[in-house]
Amino acid sequence: MSTKIEVSGKTFLRPETLSDNVTHYCAGCGHGIAHRLLAEVIDELDIREKTIGMAPVGCSVLAYNYLRIDMAEAAHGRTPAVATGIKRIHPDKVVFCYQGDGDLAAIGTAEIIHAANRGENLTVIFINNAVYGMTQGQMAPTTLIGMKSTTTPHGRAAGDGQPIRVAELLSALTAPVYIERVSLSSPANIRKARKAILKGFVNQMEGKGFSLIECLSPCPTYWRRSPEKALKFIDEEMTKAFPLGVFRDKDREVETK
Amino acid sequence: MSNKVLISGNEAAGRAAIQAGCKAYYGYPITPQNELTEFMAANMREEGRIFIQAESELAAINMCFGSSAAGARVMTSSSSPGISLKQEGISYIAAAELPCVIVNVQRGGPGLGNIAPAQSDYWQATRGGGHGDYRTLVLAPHSVQEVFELVVLAFDLADKYRTPVLVLSDGRIGQMMEPVVIPELSAPQKDPRPWALTGCKGREPNVVKSMLLVEDVLEKLNLRLQTRYREIEENEVRYEEYNIEDADVVLVAYGTSARTCRQAVKLARERGWNVGLIRPITLWPYPAEPIRRAAEHCKFFVCVEMSLGQMIEDVRLSVEGRCPVLFTGRAGGNVPSPGEVLATIEEGMNSI
Repeated sequence: MSTKIEVSGKTFLRPETLSDNVTHYCAGCGHGIAHRLLAEVIDELDIREKTIGMAPVGCSVLAYNYLRIDMAEAAHGRTPAVATGIKRIHPDKVVFCYQGDGDLAAIGTAEIIHAANRGENLTVIFINNAVYGMTQGQMAPTTLIGMKSTTTPHGRAAGDGQPIRVAELLSALTAPVYIERVSLSSPANIRKARKAILKGFVNQMEGKGFSLIECLSPCPTYWRRSPEKALKFIDEEMTKAFPLGVFRDKDREVETK
Repeated sequence: MSNKVLISGNEAAGRAAIQAGCKAYYGYPITPQNELTEFMAANMREEGRIFIQAESELAAINMCFGSSAAGARVMTSSSSPGISLKQEGISYIAAAELPCVIVNVQRGGPGLGNIAPAQSDYWQATRGGGHGDYRTLVLAPHSVQEVFELVVLAFDLADKYRTPVLVLSDGRIGQMMEPVVIPELSAPQKDPRPWALTGCKGREPNVVKSMLLVEDVLEKLNLRLQTRYREIEENEVRYEEYNIEDADVVLVAYGTSARTCRQAVKLARERGWNVGLIRPITLWPYPAEPIRRAAEHCKFFVCVEMSLGQMIEDVRLSVEGRCPVLFTGRAGGNVPSPGEVLATIEEGMNSI
């Protein structure tokens, strides 16, 4: 049962999948939005009791404090390997990976590429906030050129590596069925993100294979910006390096044939 | 009814795993254990089970983590350099209290070393290998028959104590062929795994994890693990004694080295020397007690290894200074000969 909550005279429904724990995420963080979208989608598909989630190393390692589902915590970057091990044992369950940019695009590049390449029937929610939040603001593989972090104090230079475009990179593989990049920067974009996450889960339930939804997500704390300016930064700066859109959709390919 | 087959140690490990109800095997090629991965590739899927050639040893051990967390019996295998890569996962598996069987068909090291048999991963196997305060049960077969038996046992012990169990083989035992009597095993007991991830139907959600941020909470896990390790030390020590009763000289060796030593005991007895052998089957927990007992009556020990001296530390810890402990070892993938062992015995008899 979802729970009604009154805030400032407005009524919100808390999804059944979302616990009522007080958040540990910073003000303006995108993880809370992504968690809620996940919870709403799981409720909508009525799969809370057959879903198994992966929490990565990173700020969202505590995702299991907020999602009322079976979850495993993976070693840093090994999230898709652990998910593979679970899904292969329980093909009838719905298994998703929740991964940050360090977990997925740095230490775990081998695991995500090969899980995608095997076409594992998984749904991956990839949170790209261009910074290492949990360890307090170091450069991520997705940090923009010129962007300051604690390990690029003068701004990321080309020699530090270019921001890795995960959606495009994985779209070079044959096996994935659905790859989309969305943004958590506005109500309209959040609605699109919800639709993408829903599609990723439905794909899995229909046995189609590997889906990944990359979410551009704000980190006001380590971007040294107000929550509002962080959202603006996504729209004005991040989307230049990380264009939104669908990079792979085998449904559409079938339709156009 | 049982049947007798001529197979390699690596194949024996695969057959034993399948017979023990191993539901998923994940591996990555490395010599000298490829026959095991290939056997699993040929047989697991046919049996309706899971085989994946993983992208790395890291991925393989973490797939084991996942399938074990999902409630299945799982195994991975590798050889020394690959086992180093798996240590991260083994530490997490120990912390998350998951059962898992890992086979190490040891080869020469350090580094890439070579592909010849060695016993130079003893410290890594028995001292934890990965980070943090944990232990792994270590079973050391000395024949192909024993590979089969110990792999079956490894699955039972892993389940019983919810811990990773390492089977420490080597390139010689892995690749040589011997006749093996395959026993008829009853189907493995389907033990309840209330902690497993199966979807939280009709219950509160389960979380399989190793991060415990509050000091006292992590310490509680550490203490619970230690209690379990004491229980393992109490119940699971295994060893074989050979001509110990009247021995003036006691050899201590495991695996392939123990085969050399059996021959050395035979040759020594022919010369009229009272030599015996203690063969540890579990390397952790270590059979300290029979070694201590032998130290009451023997003049000295000779530890024999395919390394330049690793297990000898455990022999010395068991002897507690009661008598000298000599050493014969070969490195680089070489196997000590009975003649080399006899030379060390003779040296001891002349000087002690």
